[in-house]
Amino acid sequence: MTATLPAKMYQAGVHPYAATYWDPGYRPADTDLLACFKVVAQEGVPREEAAAAIAAESSTGTWTTVWTDLLTDLDHYKGRAYRIEDVPGDTPAFYAFVAYPLDLFEEGSVVNVLTSLAGNVFGFKAIRSLRLEDVRFPLAFVLTCGGPPNGIRVERDKLDKYGRPLLGCTIKPKLGLSARNYGRAVYECLRGGLDFTKDDENINSQPFMRWRDRYEAVAKAIRQAEAETGERKGHYLNVTAGTVEDMFERAEFARELDMPIIMHDYLTAGFTAHASLANWARRNGMLLHVHRALHAVLDRNPRHGIHFRVLTKALRLAGGDHLHSGTVVGKLEGDRQATLGWIDLMRESFVAEDRSRGIFFDQHFGHMPGVFPVASGGIHVGHVPALVDIFGDDSVLQFGGGTLGHPWGNAAGATANRVAVEACVLARNAGQNLDRDGAEILRAAAGHSPELEAALQTWGDVRFEFDVVDKIDQA
Amino acid sequence: MEMKTGTYSYLPPLTPAQIRGQVRHIVAAGWIPAVEHCAPADAPGAYWSMWKLPLFGVQEPDVVLAELDACRAANPAHLVRVLGYDPKRQTLGLAFVTHR
Repeated sequence: MTATLPAKMYQAGVHPYAATYWDPGYRPADTDLLACFKVVAQEGVPREEAAAAIAAESSTGTWTTVWTDLLTDLDHYKGRAYRIEDVPGDTPAFYAFVAYPLDLFEEGSVVNVLTSLAGNVFGFKAIRSLRLEDVRFPLAFVLTCGGPPNGIRVERDKLDKYGRPLLGCTIKPKLGLSARNYGRAVYECLRGGLDFTKDDENINSQPFMRWRDRYEAVAKAIRQAEAETGERKGHYLNVTAGTVEDMFERAEFARELDMPIIMHDYLTAGFTAHASLANWARRNGMLLHVHRALHAVLDRNPRHGIHFRVLTKALRLAGGDHLHSGTVVGKLEGDRQATLGWIDLMRESFVAEDRSRGIFFDQHFGHMPGVFPVASGGIHVGHVPALVDIFGDDSVLQFGGGTLGHPWGNAAGATANRVAVEACVLARNAGQNLDRDGAEILRAAAGHSPELEAALQTWGDVRFEFDVVDKIDQA
Repeated sequence: MEMKTGTYSYLPPLTPAQIRGQVRHIVAAGWIPAVEHCAPADAPGAYWSMWKLPLFGVQEPDVVLAELDACRAANPAHLVRVLGYDPKRQTLGLAFVTHR
């Protein structure tokens, strides 16, 4: 005798989301994609209903029942809100945890994931505000993505630089220099001891300096600095452009010039263009520096948007060898604990849940290479002990004003930064505490480096002590 | 302009005590110390000549210092450097020139 299941009947109309999409007994599978949203619902909307609405609208559901629901196995495809938690220190807000089956997402497409999770649901009327706090990408999905074109280890081998943070500098003024004068500024920084210089993100191909002229001037500066110092040098040639065709034309020319690294703004340009560029970089052995213009628009409001740790994971999957991470100590926003959390997400192959750093899920990256975090924005030699302490060796420390603003010019500024970093690494390796003894270590190093001495006199006391807007949630 | 040779090349030449401290760091990190040398003109970006095999199992900094000195004595015109092979991450944890 065969048991027959009762046939589902089609009942048109509007039903509570929670009836289908709130499933507190659900145990997420290892292959599920998990998301944690911070939610403030409209008054009168129960938490379970709000959480279920998010699960529904970001997966299979819409506002009303449709007959075609019955032509598929919704239990197989639907997202499920499976847990609700209070947000410490923010009474009306709560965390909603949602599990999505892997089948909902195209392989290797961060675009598809963000379109679902950060799509229509963010404008949903029943929700006052919504923030995507964290996403657990299942390893099965991670391994369908390209990931960093080269990774930290390969980059070190290409550059032949080991056991210290790499050093960079964004050329300023960021707009208005001619290609020839720009190349001069690059050359001075690199011969002074920096590893990299960088196009400002605003530099694309303006009338005062077209991209091809800039690339040629920079290539000349790099070749000359390499010949003089014996060290490998690079300049992040910004290939960000108005069209994908222009972007690739610029990348190809950088390769023709035998340049080691290019740069791209992944958020303003978009993930599709970015992932294609990362694939190109992987095929061509080109390092890819990634800037994050637009991020603060998305991630700074504690109640609405997408947390940077999600944007970090998305970039690692889509591909990049460097990613700006904030500095903690410089001029730009960045909570210390949260920053430690997302730099782990850039570099480690496994990051465990750690609420004190805002990490909501265990995250495996498998064999996917790591990304160098780039600390940039209002930092100078006085910050070096703290930066080496916070970021460790596998990082890029980027001093723009802190190199170019040196009283004796770029080369001296570069030397001051290099001496400060090497002195701090040497001292740390020998067992000294950078947090406690940093100032003393710098003073001692300045004894043999007049460039560092002059830099410390210029900036030694400059601090950026403002309260952080987006902190880790705590009571 | 003076040619540079990697980490610590913007600091004054390291003293034996400073080299010992760095070697202690290499060993404590679980890395394998190794000694290499190269003619200065060939140094940038090249595979340098190995001075013996990496010093597997060596824990004592003075053993490494003695090898560095012996390498320099045998190759007086060469740069000499110490490496720390990190077998877990398949990279060098540290690499710096001790004799310029």
